[in-house]
Amino acid sequence: MKLRQVQQLLGARVLCGERWLDTKEVATCFGSNMMSKVLARGKRQTILCTGLTNVQVIRTANMTELCAVVFVEDKLPKASVTEEAESWGLPLLATPLPLEDVCRLLDEAGLPSCDKGRAP
Amino acid sequence: MTDTLKLSYYCPGDDFDRAGEASAKVKKALQRLGVPPDVVRRVAIGTYEAELNVIIHAGGGTVTAEVSGESTLITVSDEGKGIPDIQAALQEGFSTAPEYARQMGFGAGMGLPNMMKCSDEFNIESTVGKGTVITMRFCHRSEDL
Repeated sequence: MKLRQVQQLLGARVLCGERWLDTKEVATCFGSNMMSKVLARGKRQTILCTGLTNVQVIRTANMTELCAVVFVEDKLPKASVTEEAESWGLPLLATPLPLEDVCRLLDEAGLPSCDKGRAP
Repeated sequence: MTDTLKLSYYCPGDDFDRAGEASAKVKKALQRLGVPPDVVRRVAIGTYEAELNVIIHAGGGTVTAEVSGESTLITVSDEGKGIPDIQAALQEGFSTAPEYARQMGFGAGMGLPNMMKCSDEFNIESTVGKGTVITMRFCHRSEDL
């Protein structure tokens, strides 16, 4: 699935990285506010869906080489966080939906959690 | 690449916003040197975990990367309070992280186990009251750079 389809499915605003939405492929999603789990279990071609907006979310995504971050409940990061994401080619989206709804919608659309089957 | 390239960065312990800057620089340097992408990713994750630890637990420290044609050696050292029980700290779920770190999404007790998982060789030495030194070696498993 292209990142553009994810954006449309979630009714998400694009905070940065508009030019990559039609080229980046997404295979799985990872819904979590625990960056420790993302670092341990995240995979490439994964979008991170989270309620956190601090700069460490962006750095976690960069180190783990995720393909995008979706902020839930319309939470917005500081401008400096968006600028850093832009510099790394990491698209950022913001949706009004809560985390549970985002994960359910993505799963129904064929994007399973890359953390599926793991103990909480 | 026949020589060893050495990079060293100080990580201040009083500024959580800067956590990850050293790891990002190491990652960028490895990409420029042509280290295989899968290895770069493992180095970045392991180094970032260790960098977070020295900032959260040790009041800062130093990240050093030594890159040769065959491998990358990461050394993360600090002069913090040290780890009283290393075997316990290596268990997934064991954490002494402060509340602010948990609110930022860290402190689940997965850092040291993840460093072990990412690296090909892992070593940790710690003395209470003196500090901790972590070394991780990542084999490039490819032709010379």
